[in-house]
Amino acid sequence: MSDLFLFGIFPYLAVALAVGGLVHRYRTLRHTVTARSSQLLEDRALYWGSVPWHYAILAILLAHLGATLFPGAWGRLLGAPGRLLALEVSGLALGGLAVLGIALLLVRRSRLGASTGAMDWVVLALLLLQAATGLYVAFTLRWGGAWYVQTAAPWLASLATLSPQVDRMAPLPAAVKLHAVNAFALVALLPLSKLAHLTSLPVAYLWRPPQVVVWRRAPGGPVRTPRPAGGGSATASRG
Amino acid sequence: MNVRAQISSVFHLDKCIGCHTCSVACKNQWTDRRGVEYAWWNDVETKPGAGYPVLWEDQEKYRGGWTVEGGRPALRQGGPGATLARLFHNPALPVLKDYYEPFTYRYQDLFDAPAGDDQPTARPISLLDGRPIDIESGPNWDDDLGGSPVYAAQDPGLARLTAAEREQLFEVERLAFFYLPRICNHCLNPACVAACPSGAIYKRGEDGVVLVSQDKCRSWRMCISACPYKKVYYNWSTGKSEKCILCYPRLEVGEAPACFHTCVGRIRYLGVLLYDADRLAAAASRPDAELVEAQREVLLDPADPAVAAEARASGVSEQVLEAARRSPVWRFVKEWGLALPLHAEWRTLPMLFYVPPLLPALAGPAEGDGGFFTSLERARLPLRYLAGLFGAGNTEVVEAAYRKLIAVRLHRRAAQVGDLPPAAAAGALAAAGLTPRQADEIYRLTALASMPERVVIPGLAREEQTEPTADPQRQYAAGFGFLRPPVGR
Ligand code: SF4
Ligand code: SF4
Repeated sequence: MSDLFLFGIFPYLAVALAVGGLVHRYRTLRHTVTARSSQLLEDRALYWGSVPWHYAILAILLAHLGATLFPGAWGRLLGAPGRLLALEVSGLALGGLAVLGIALLLVRRSRLGASTGAMDWVVLALLLLQAATGLYVAFTLRWGGAWYVQTAAPWLASLATLSPQVDRMAPLPAAVKLHAVNAFALVALLPLSKLAHLTSLPVAYLWRPPQVVVWRRAPGGPVRTPRPAGGGSATASRG
Repeated sequence: MNVRAQISSVFHLDKCIGCHTCSVACKNQWTDRRGVEYAWWNDVETKPGAGYPVLWEDQEKYRGGWTVEGGRPALRQGGPGATLARLFHNPALPVLKDYYEPFTYRYQDLFDAPAGDDQPTARPISLLDGRPIDIESGPNWDDDLGGSPVYAAQDPGLARLTAAEREQLFEVERLAFFYLPRICNHCLNPACVAACPSGAIYKRGEDGVVLVSQDKCRSWRMCISACPYKKVYYNWSTGKSEKCILCYPRLEVGEAPACFHTCVGRIRYLGVLLYDADRLAAAASRPDAELVEAQREVLLDPADPAVAAEARASGVSEQVLEAARRSPVWRFVKEWGLALPLHAEWRTLPMLFYVPPLLPALAGPAEGDGGFFTSLERARLPLRYLAGLFGAGNTEVVEAAYRKLIAVRLHRRAAQVGDLPPAAAAGALAAAGLTPRQADEIYRLTALASMPERVVIPGLAREEQTEPTADPQRQYAAGFGFLRPPVGR
């Protein structure tokens, strides 16, 4: 029963909350979506915490995503023991970096009373829990890179196709279950916390012209015609 | 040709008395909220000095502005790829101690102190979190310490001087300093805009004011390091960048910006300049020594009918054109060549120009060149130091401006007091390339001009348009008219 809730219902609640909440936040409180950097107040510990954390977790998330979306290719990739070993070792290393990074960020928060609210603590604690359970699972249950494709990945796929296969997750050890449930808890927190900044990664910057010129607009469109050529376009190259 | 209008300004440094009235007017209006207590959109620095934030001119440290790569301007802090790679930690960002830790005093202690023999004191506390602190610096901590070894000796601009020239600045009995008020320059090639990964910073097409969209800013804080003038500030409470908005809500209803309005020394001039947007990249790519000239070249003469026709075709309104023709900035910058951009070598094409401060004037005749004022050759402020600030290192442009300033003084002295041989004044004017008429006009606009002559605001008729932002009455703690501060800290 509890498995049904945790692996069959809760994920949908979390995703619904995330999507609905983000849409609502973008429509009514867009200015509140921010990474809310605290680098101005503290610089050194941020460097040692934030850089390893973000890069490690990005790589780990991409690996999760890749294995879920392309289980066949992932399975073939890990087919040879050498490659499996290499992936396990790099996964462990990245997990270690992520745990150390987020732990440092959590400790660092205690020095930033001014810009720290209750939600900062909740988010950091849950992220630490997530990274730590992940590392624990990877360390104690070997070759997760391979069995993830047979267990959690099909479960996630079944969720996506609206036919949840709860029994995929039911037999797994408690640590794995905690890792999975906590992941959806974090998804649920997306719109409620500064995690919302995940949804605005500025990749468009790579092809945006360096200068941005905005002409006044009335509610129904541009106020004046002709619109000058070059409005909003590059006036200088970016390096 | 792509003609655009730019609201731009001139600060006449000879007239600045360092009173900070401008800073206080701005502070009380725009940055008295939580998160920006340390921020001064307008600040007044003593030069030579380390400035605010400390050593802002040191681009080895902060990596602001542009360099030239392959004939094109390139951000010194790196292109988009490098910028995105540094999203999680920006190595060039100034931290709070580079500004100062904002403080107040626990005044309640004065009332609550038990009766006793000693005077109660109000302890200084941090405005960040209320903890008692020892104040180590403040917004104008180094005021008037121009010659002091502690502050002034750190000025990055001194690096280009010889030991003798430095001596000249710091000899105590001959100590010389001047004030440098600074606001955002609303640059034509703003590095802050180019560095923002979210595209939150933009230049307004109609008047060139550079603004941060609070809706789009995501706290990537790249603008702060990219602006070589350090005129974008990070609000640590809301997680948004904020900057000088040139008081655009005031401009739109024909009021001068608050710092202009309150300026006690009447040093501030505001007007419209027309420029050719198609020539910016080329101008910003020229060698250092030519940058001042290059910047002057992109400015277009509003009195030229061909320019006016192009401007109309580009969408510049009649009111703006009319204001451009009466622009005091145009006269100072183009007609007279008196006002120069600050640190043009950073290639943002700053649109706030400075009339450099005249050498300390003497009450009696200066020895040697027969004038009543000290001569350029004997200036206490080394020309090369001023060229570092206002000429991108090129002493010639600064010297040309000084020749004119000195000539105007001699000319007026001859006209007003009459104790100077007219030939001497005429000679100075000729050497500076000024006509007596021009000298009188410079004198008039510098010394006598009234507010409507100094500040010429074009009718933008924005009041006829729907305001893009929320009800401006709603200035609560979150600022910018937002009723709710960012949630989910
Ligand atoms: S002075 Fe700085 S903040 Fe202002 S427009 Fe220029 S680069 Fe941007
Ligand atoms: S108010 Fe005017 S005179 Fe006073 S410090 Fe500011 S710019 Fe200088």
